[in-house]
Amino acid sequence: MERFKTIEGKIVPLDRVNIDTDQIIPKQFLKRIERTGFGQFLFNDWRFNNDDSLNEEFILNKEMYKSASVLVTGDNFGSGSSREHAAWALHDYGFRCILAPSFADIFFNNCFQNGLLPIVLPKEKIRNIIDESINNNGLELTIDLESQTIFNISLEINIQFDIDPYRKYCMLNGLDNIALTLQHIDKIDLYENQNI
Amino acid sequence: MINNNPKTLLDKLWETHIVHEEKLQPSILYVDLHLIHEVTTPQAFEGLRLSGRQVRRPDLTLATADHNTPTWDRSKPITDPISMQQLKTLSENCEEFGITLYDMYSPLQGIVHVIGPEQGYTQPGMVIVCGDSHTSTHGAFGSLAFGIGTSEVEHVLATQTLRQFKPKSMEIRVNGTLQFGVTAKDVILAIIGKIGVSGATGYAVEYTGKVIRSLSMESRMTICNMSIEAGGRAGMVAPDEITFEYMQGKAKVPKGDDFEKAIEKWKLLRTDIGAKYDHVVNISGDDIEPYVTWGTNPGMVIPVTDTIPDPESFSDPQEKDSASRALKYMDLKAGTPINEIFIDRVFIGSCTNSRIEDLESAASVVEGHKVNKNVSAMVVPGSYAVKKEAENRGLDKIFKDAGFDWREAGCSMCLGMNPDVLSPGERCASTSNRNFEGRQGKGGRTHLVSPQMAAAAAIAGHFVDIRKW
Repeated sequence: MERFKTIEGKIVPLDRVNIDTDQIIPKQFLKRIERTGFGQFLFNDWRFNNDDSLNEEFILNKEMYKSASVLVTGDNFGSGSSREHAAWALHDYGFRCILAPSFADIFFNNCFQNGLLPIVLPKEKIRNIIDESINNNGLELTIDLESQTIFNISLEINIQFDIDPYRKYCMLNGLDNIALTLQHIDKIDLYENQNI
Repeated sequence: MINNNPKTLLDKLWETHIVHEEKLQPSILYVDLHLIHEVTTPQAFEGLRLSGRQVRRPDLTLATADHNTPTWDRSKPITDPISMQQLKTLSENCEEFGITLYDMYSPLQGIVHVIGPEQGYTQPGMVIVCGDSHTSTHGAFGSLAFGIGTSEVEHVLATQTLRQFKPKSMEIRVNGTLQFGVTAKDVILAIIGKIGVSGATGYAVEYTGKVIRSLSMESRMTICNMSIEAGGRAGMVAPDEITFEYMQGKAKVPKGDDFEKAIEKWKLLRTDIGAKYDHVVNISGDDIEPYVTWGTNPGMVIPVTDTIPDPESFSDPQEKDSASRALKYMDLKAGTPINEIFIDRVFIGSCTNSRIEDLESAASVVEGHKVNKNVSAMVVPGSYAVKKEAENRGLDKIFKDAGFDWREAGCSMCLGMNPDVLSPGERCASTSNRNFEGRQGKGGRTHLVSPQMAAAAAIAGHFVDIRKW
């Protein structure tokens, strides 16, 4: 897995709650058998009109947000279907970090498997970030995983965030979960001998 | 005797599956049954091949093809080459790694969450996972069952374990008695309406109370199935005589003395008196009415007697915004009585409501009537076995005589990965689990209801209160 240390990037505020994985990557794109190439289909039904033309109104299509790598959004992001294609699509499109007041459980886990860092922040902090972005006509943030901080020095933004230490360790080192578990193969053998 | 260490059902299931634990790390949990389907596994098998790993326990892994499978005549070729490729990939992977597969031509094929219980793979006390969020269905048997992503599927294939942090426990107690015409679907919609679409995030839910105890296994499955729509990865019901009676004689369930011994063990799978849940929700079963969703998530739901809510009535600005966005997408006006909403399509099916009891109850409403001339309606049984049983009971004839399409088994229009989709603007009464934007087809408008409510809507052409049918 890709390591995650520090990223600097533009944010895009997608100010909605309960964005489900059917919106992030609609089902017609789940038929592919590859793990890559899903970015072009990210938020397909919102990014494109029914005649496949670009929906200029949708925030991701606005020129100033085109190279954004930090998605800032509302409660319960990634709800619904377990499709990991949602995390793949966000990552492939260029996102490396998502800030939200809460995430759905399966999506949250899937992000960590793909070098995509989901950060839970209190609602007021999310609101402040969105307001700063609007007031300054865009906002760049640095997200440093080691120190668990989100900052922008010139705007005097400095936010600490929480993350589970095990997940942090795996992200920082780009560790393969399967290899880690296989270090305990004797325990799995033992469990099977005793129980299965 | 006083139990000094009372445990919840979740505690018991969790503790008996720990392979390894370390402080501040997720536990390594053993997986007793790994269900797989064509959509969320190709990349996992590819990962195994790239790292030279094997499937550790193909004997504890079961595959079926359900999401892409056409519900038309299966002797005809699949028209979508990408769907075809995905189904072919599943077959090849199962062949290569020695996994049992019920493909679309097998008499044991069906929706993954229908065939597990139907054939007795699903048993109390198990940890069951699948790359599918509706895996919570299997919790109805007193197992810990939850959906996982594709990376986790690969982890289970390679190690037969999963790294998990223990969820918190929530009891949802449904007491009282359900009114005539109120079903398990209405119970779970009422629960989601009350606690919200993220009300159970971070929790494994255990459903308890008199209403739950009185429900059949198929109804309990409907409730557990939609736990994820409230954010809960797992939903559970402690097993009881109803569970054991349902299981008896199923192909993979132990027989004779072994079955009796298993029952003695399974009876211990209940929350001990005095055990504490992290959170408790009480619901009065007497107050539950038939429900219809009006918006674009399952929490946007009202009783059939109600009117479409006014976005201005929500105090939270984001909820207000969501509601007005939903009304725009659904093309509905605040204040409209829900039973005045006319529909174009009816879908009876999905892992929520496609079992034999669902089809029986829908058929009982349909019998002697005709589908409204403005409505196109279909029934998609959850499995080939459900289809055959329905045909033995003559249900297919009732549906067909009324003008319903009678289809082959699969996920079908619950998510429209096969050719069964809504056209933009079409409005559908659906027994499935998600009314998300575009879920049943881009621009399609979904209203979630029980099988009886869907059947009545098909006949009337609009929603009706099934209690007055």
